[in-house]
Amino acid sequence: MTSLLGDLTVAPPAPVRPRPSPAPPRPASPEPSAVPDTEPPADAPGLPPAPDAGPERSRSVIGSRVPRHEDDRLVRGQGKFVDDVDRPRQAHVRIVRSTVAHARLVAVDVAAARAVPGVVFVLTGADLIGLPPIPIRLPRGDEPPGCLQPVLAHDEVRYVGEPVAAVVAEDPYLAEDAAELVTVEYADLPVVVDASTAEPATGFDVSYGDAEAAFATARHVVEIDVSVGRHAAVPMEPRGLVADYDEATGVLEIWGATKVPVFNRNVIATMLDLPASRVHLHAMDAGGGFGARGEFYPEDLLIPWLARRLRRPVKWAEDRAENLVALNHSRQQRHRIAAAFAVDGTLLALRDHVVHDNGAYLRTHGLLVPELTVTMLPGPYRLPAYAARIDVVLTNKTPCGTYRAPGRYEGTFAREHLLDVAADRIGIDRAEVRRRNLLTPEELPHRRDLRALGTDVVLDAGDYPGLFATALARTRDWATEARQLRERGRTVGLGFAVFLEKSGLGPHETADVTVEQDGEVTVHSGGTSLGQGIETVLAQIAAQRLDIDDRAVHVINGDTNLQPFGVGSWASRSTVVGGSAVDLAATAVLERALQVAARVLGVPAEQVRLTGGCFSAIGEPGRRLSWGDVAGACAPGSPHLRPEDTPGLSARRVFAVDHMTYPYGVHVALVDVDRDTGHVEVLRYLVAYEVGRAINPTLVEGQLIGGVAQGLGGALYESFVYDQQGQPQATTFMDYLMPTAEEVPRRVDTLVTEDAPSPGNPLGVKGAGEGGITAVAAATANAVRDALGLTGDVGALPLSPHRVVALSR
Amino acid sequence: MKDLQLITLTVNGTEHELVVESRRTLADVLRHDLGYTGTHLGCEHGICGACTVLIDGSPARACLTFGVQADGCSISTVEGLASDGELSDLQRAFSERHALQCGFCTPGFLMLAEAYLAEYPNPSTEEVREVVAANLCRCTGYQGIVEAISDVARSRRESR
Repeated sequence: MTSLLGDLTVAPPAPVRPRPSPAPPRPASPEPSAVPDTEPPADAPGLPPAPDAGPERSRSVIGSRVPRHEDDRLVRGQGKFVDDVDRPRQAHVRIVRSTVAHARLVAVDVAAARAVPGVVFVLTGADLIGLPPIPIRLPRGDEPPGCLQPVLAHDEVRYVGEPVAAVVAEDPYLAEDAAELVTVEYADLPVVVDASTAEPATGFDVSYGDAEAAFATARHVVEIDVSVGRHAAVPMEPRGLVADYDEATGVLEIWGATKVPVFNRNVIATMLDLPASRVHLHAMDAGGGFGARGEFYPEDLLIPWLARRLRRPVKWAEDRAENLVALNHSRQQRHRIAAAFAVDGTLLALRDHVVHDNGAYLRTHGLLVPELTVTMLPGPYRLPAYAARIDVVLTNKTPCGTYRAPGRYEGTFAREHLLDVAADRIGIDRAEVRRRNLLTPEELPHRRDLRALGTDVVLDAGDYPGLFATALARTRDWATEARQLRERGRTVGLGFAVFLEKSGLGPHETADVTVEQDGEVTVHSGGTSLGQGIETVLAQIAAQRLDIDDRAVHVINGDTNLQPFGVGSWASRSTVVGGSAVDLAATAVLERALQVAARVLGVPAEQVRLTGGCFSAIGEPGRRLSWGDVAGACAPGSPHLRPEDTPGLSARRVFAVDHMTYPYGVHVALVDVDRDTGHVEVLRYLVAYEVGRAINPTLVEGQLIGGVAQGLGGALYESFVYDQQGQPQATTFMDYLMPTAEEVPRRVDTLVTEDAPSPGNPLGVKGAGEGGITAVAAATANAVRDALGLTGDVGALPLSPHRVVALSR
Repeated sequence: MKDLQLITLTVNGTEHELVVESRRTLADVLRHDLGYTGTHLGCEHGICGACTVLIDGSPARACLTFGVQADGCSISTVEGLASDGELSDLQRAFSERHALQCGFCTPGFLMLAEAYLAEYPNPSTEEVREVVAANLCRCTGYQGIVEAISDVARSRRESR
């Protein structure tokens, strides 16, 4: 299988593995006053007592609601987004996209476009024959052949929106005019729109235990058939790229990449046959990612290719009509899912047959979403036997990839909806069926006989029934409210869902921490800023370790020259893996600073303490060295620098991790259904989520609240509908309906708990990026089902007015 | 043959004279001709509102307005909200209420709120929510945005 990842990944420095040292629970107080004692990493012998462990420590940056570092520039309109970059002499690209869903490409006539004054160049697939297709970033190794997307189609188009040609002109308006003059002759081929009518391209089974026997002998077997609609991340900023090739130096500069810039750099370098060190992807602000933005798309090669060919800067700014057919779609699955229960409601086995509609190609995510769907489907439950089959079907629609909580949004909906239907059929309480089957704290860590993303599934730490009970207690009034509203004739329902998330996927992340002589600290991380606030979070982590104000820490993410080993921001990994790398690098800087401070102070290193951001010797509190002083003592020419010392006060560290960490949570929704119009109003919503440790609680809550709004889109409104010819019917925001302020609950309640720190990283953190969205479809559908008093399932999402009216009859 | 027009725009109090194609949008004029890149383009068909600017004090979609239509007008963009480097109360409130994450839609919401509060200084929270529904945000779930604008309405009322 084509994968450039294996070939291209630069060997990282020797990984540093900290000894897992669970941090104690955080104090419940909203104003943290003490820092948990974390043991120093096992690889740091000789490190003096951690300065934050001492009684003198006065404040904690971690756990504090410090203002976001990103905000100032963003509220001033001074963020640096890709379309803000203009280079002298730049040319503008317009992509010509297929207007048909499936056809042989007979001819692409570009003569008229080329003849337009001001058109610089027109590129077609014929110019790129020999260039490999876009590689899979996360290959399993069993991907079928012939499924990868070419950079430009040359013999066949497989979806409306597939790039066919690129027109380069002096002006973007002109490029758009000329692109309309490109005529493409198509010979129609059969169009597959409905995945259930097509042969799967591939598929796989995931199982353990004897599910067949369990189903044969179970007292109760309940099966439902439910679907999730095709929808997508749709970040507010469309994509774009600017590429500039300097012939003299051979350096190719690129603006606009995000999420996984180092991977993308390596792909570009390989495909253009340039040394990776000469390809520089700049750090940028990005207008939201949510899994889709920043993956390697055809345009990510086209624009640099054109810049190099034309020897001038080339710019491409995607418009929204393109974006809605070009950026990864996601989620479209059908689940025929069944559970086997003992007489008392004990879960004996689960089986699922999933049909996954992946659109026209396997893009960079390969089979990741199907894999995550079936490996995460058992969730937080004690499940003796499991058998899942997932068929991956390629259709003539926009290719799919990940979207925030990939596979879990879909699987959590199928499983939690099944549990409600089953509880009603068996005749036990819907909460009780979950209580009986949730894994208890005594059963953790719990190893499942499954592998997800190349790692064993080991549910690390937590109290699932405890959080479920807390969430239900918090929403007890809602049940009363629902009853009262029903008595007044309203069609109101309450729904809940329990879910398991995953976060902190490795294999590693790298961070550099440098202290300058003016006391300013710089962090170069391999994560990327997608709006999640990672600059703030990483600054807090470094500031905590160095005992300084977080405002003194300047974080630069995702610049491939400054951090050439970055793995990127995805899978809720930036705080977990990236943050841990910053913690290790800051710890190494501290260790070095203590040694050098000892030389300056003329005492053994063991006698140096860091308090209030200054170094002093025990018993000599009057003689204090600032971080800037110590950085000065490490500078070239300093008398405190020994010949064997590397000058500067800086450290690069890698945090490597074998296992993911598994946050978990509960969603509760109270909805009011209008039986006549089919409108579903979400009256109240709670997200309870266990994150191990919240570096910045405001940011965690923001992730959860925003996730709910996004999740409601997929549950109630958003759908990429296609007609029978494969023509997309939602290519504007008038047809693709994202929630506005009127469609979201007036208030989303959040309950962020820090009861089960992850044992797998020095910070004890679990990822917080996805738990806000994971169970939205599940809780909302369960609430609608409750409101309408359905005995069966809701069928398919989104629960659009049309569908709700049909269900309510 | 390009159809060129000479226009005058006063942006955040500074007068600019420039020649533009008659089909060039106000958003492109502001962003790429004059360098006011805080005005963002999220959809270019008037739905998302990220490009909201004020034309003679009234909110408008800069993506649906031609530069020539704004000839002789006074334009306010997000870059003009702060004065002498100090953030305005709205800008501060957005940060305090965590009303932004990626910040791409933020300039549009700020300009929308700026015009709205100037015209309706005493809105209820529900009225604020209705106005906020004019624009799209994909990150925050709108909660912080509604709170921030309501906060500013309240504090401006109290300081009058």
